[in-house]
Amino acid sequence: MRSAEVVVALFMFGLGALVIFDSVRLGWGWGAEGPEAGYFPFYIGLMICVGSLVTLFQVLLGSQSKGHKVFVEWSALRLVLQVLLPAAVYVLGIQLIGIYVASAAYIAVFMVWLGKYGWTRGIIVGVGVSAVTFAMFEIWFQVPLFKGEFNPLSLIGY
Amino acid sequence: MEEINALFHGFSVALTPFNLLLMFIGVTLGVLIGVLPGLGGANGIAILLPLTFTMPPTSAVIMLSCIYWGALFGGAITSILFNIPGEPWSVATTFDGYPMAQQGKAGEALTTAFTSSFIGAFFAIVMITFLAPLVAKFALQFGPPEFFAVFFLTFCSFIGMGKEPPFKILVAMMLGFALAAVGIDTVTGQLRLIFGWHELMRGFDFLIAVIGLFGIGEILLSMEEGLSFSGRTAKINTRIVIETWKKLPKYWMTSLRSCIIGCWMGITPGGATPASFMSYGIAKRMSPDGAKFGTGQAEGVIAPETAAHAAGTAALLPMLSLGIPGSPTAAVLLGGLLIWGLQPGPLLFVEQKDFVWGLIASMYLGNIAGLIIVLTCVPLFAAILRVPFSIIAPVIVVICAIGAYTVHNAMLDIWLMLLFGVMGYAFKKLSYPLAPLVLALVLGDQAEGAFRQAMLMSQGDMRIFFSNWLVGSIMGLGLLMLVWPVMGKLMTQLRKSAA
Repeated sequence: MRSAEVVVALFMFGLGALVIFDSVRLGWGWGAEGPEAGYFPFYIGLMICVGSLVTLFQVLLGSQSKGHKVFVEWSALRLVLQVLLPAAVYVLGIQLIGIYVASAAYIAVFMVWLGKYGWTRGIIVGVGVSAVTFAMFEIWFQVPLFKGEFNPLSLIGY
Repeated sequence: MEEINALFHGFSVALTPFNLLLMFIGVTLGVLIGVLPGLGGANGIAILLPLTFTMPPTSAVIMLSCIYWGALFGGAITSILFNIPGEPWSVATTFDGYPMAQQGKAGEALTTAFTSSFIGAFFAIVMITFLAPLVAKFALQFGPPEFFAVFFLTFCSFIGMGKEPPFKILVAMMLGFALAAVGIDTVTGQLRLIFGWHELMRGFDFLIAVIGLFGIGEILLSMEEGLSFSGRTAKINTRIVIETWKKLPKYWMTSLRSCIIGCWMGITPGGATPASFMSYGIAKRMSPDGAKFGTGQAEGVIAPETAAHAAGTAALLPMLSLGIPGSPTAAVLLGGLLIWGLQPGPLLFVEQKDFVWGLIASMYLGNIAGLIIVLTCVPLFAAILRVPFSIIAPVIVVICAIGAYTVHNAMLDIWLMLLFGVMGYAFKKLSYPLAPLVLALVLGDQAEGAFRQAMLMSQGDMRIFFSNWLVGSIMGLGLLMLVWPVMGKLMTQLRKSAA
């Protein structure tokens, strides 16, 4: 728990510093037409830095650590990564082959790997969900969704 | 009785067959969203928002607000039957709702919850009907310093009322402001905080943030808990409903108190979740059966449900009359209004009478529609919860991805959604609050605009924020909220040392 707290606090401090840095570049003072572009963000960045520093000290001095709680058990983290990594691959899939095909594949694979379903069921649900989405967006609402850089659906005319 | 006339006019706007149909669809979708993990009021509406772009604004906002009502109702179903709060504000409902279901009184618990929700929301809507026009009229006199003061008050009350560590709230909120500042500065036209990455020129859209933070983040959290649904079955029939309704009037005091707590917490952006806890806590202290709370007392369901709904509804008052939403979901609704070219705020009541009163009328109707739907369709919604998580989770991720894409038709947004998802997960685990982040992201530009205009008026003199009694007292109230937790601590210490 503690190391995660420290990492996040430091990360936020870094973000705050980044905001201050860019605000200073833009000018954080009083220009010819009133406050410059960095005027407001400068103080925002400053408050992020102060807030994360205080949080950091509170964590390090232990005023907030209620016992030694672990941020996440390894077994649970594995479960989380089991969802997160496929999700990342899925987003990459959308980029390449579009929302419809990637979604069908993602749902099917997820069901087979994590849900221990057979391939037939996985594919039926995956393709079914994609087909319903397709009907809803492309045909009913006429809102075209992203079909990927290599659009496989161009084979059927979309 | 100008309001009554306007309201009846509103009913005539809202009561078209098309709008009624949208109401029922909206409530059903909303309950569905409330029941499913990873989809809540805020991100559910964010995802469905693009689908309403083609509708006339009044119909669209009627449907969206009905989704909101539905989501408020839906949270109670999972809490009572499955001991899983579908929404954060229904956590307190599990304390007594689930024990009731275990004792075989699931139908009674659900009827109690739905009826209380209805009463809470109804109370808040009546309040909105009469108070919102007054607030709006009052706010017409506001200039930039006053508006900034209201923003200041809003954000200070997050810090003062939040149950998270104050400095974490500050960091989360300021991160929201920083994200809002990314992109083109509207005053000088300069590019801010994009570090040469021109895709960021548009800035961060808060809808993407909402979908990622609440949707993907929630899925990751539920996955970690290794969700296994083992729920109670519920039967609701007319007899149970009437039996329960007969018992409810004796709890009128709890009900009224919860309504007031809810309204107060909803207007000041404490939000539905703290309202439900506070109301539960107070009911426990005040009730003669207080010691039995947690074992399945109807009163323990009434208190949090009434307050949560009153708060959820009351959050729309500052959104409509000042343009400052009291909750993330209200913020998403506000985002919708902006997309249709409706600027919420005091002028809305003058310039868009039809729209405002149609919306308020639809709140009455939507709540009635909601009550009917939840009372009749509980078994159906409970059945959805029995669909295994390994099917629901990927489907929800897919829905979130589509939702994120449709906001601007931009692929980058789907990646950002994923990033926000990881952030939402880490923030939730480390108790950084998400609501102030989202509100700051929504209101950041306006708050900055008001601040800069005020500064221009005074040539950089901060004393403008205390220059007249109005702006001074709002700022003072904000400062009071800010030091509230410190004062509370001091008081208890003083009392200790006195004793």
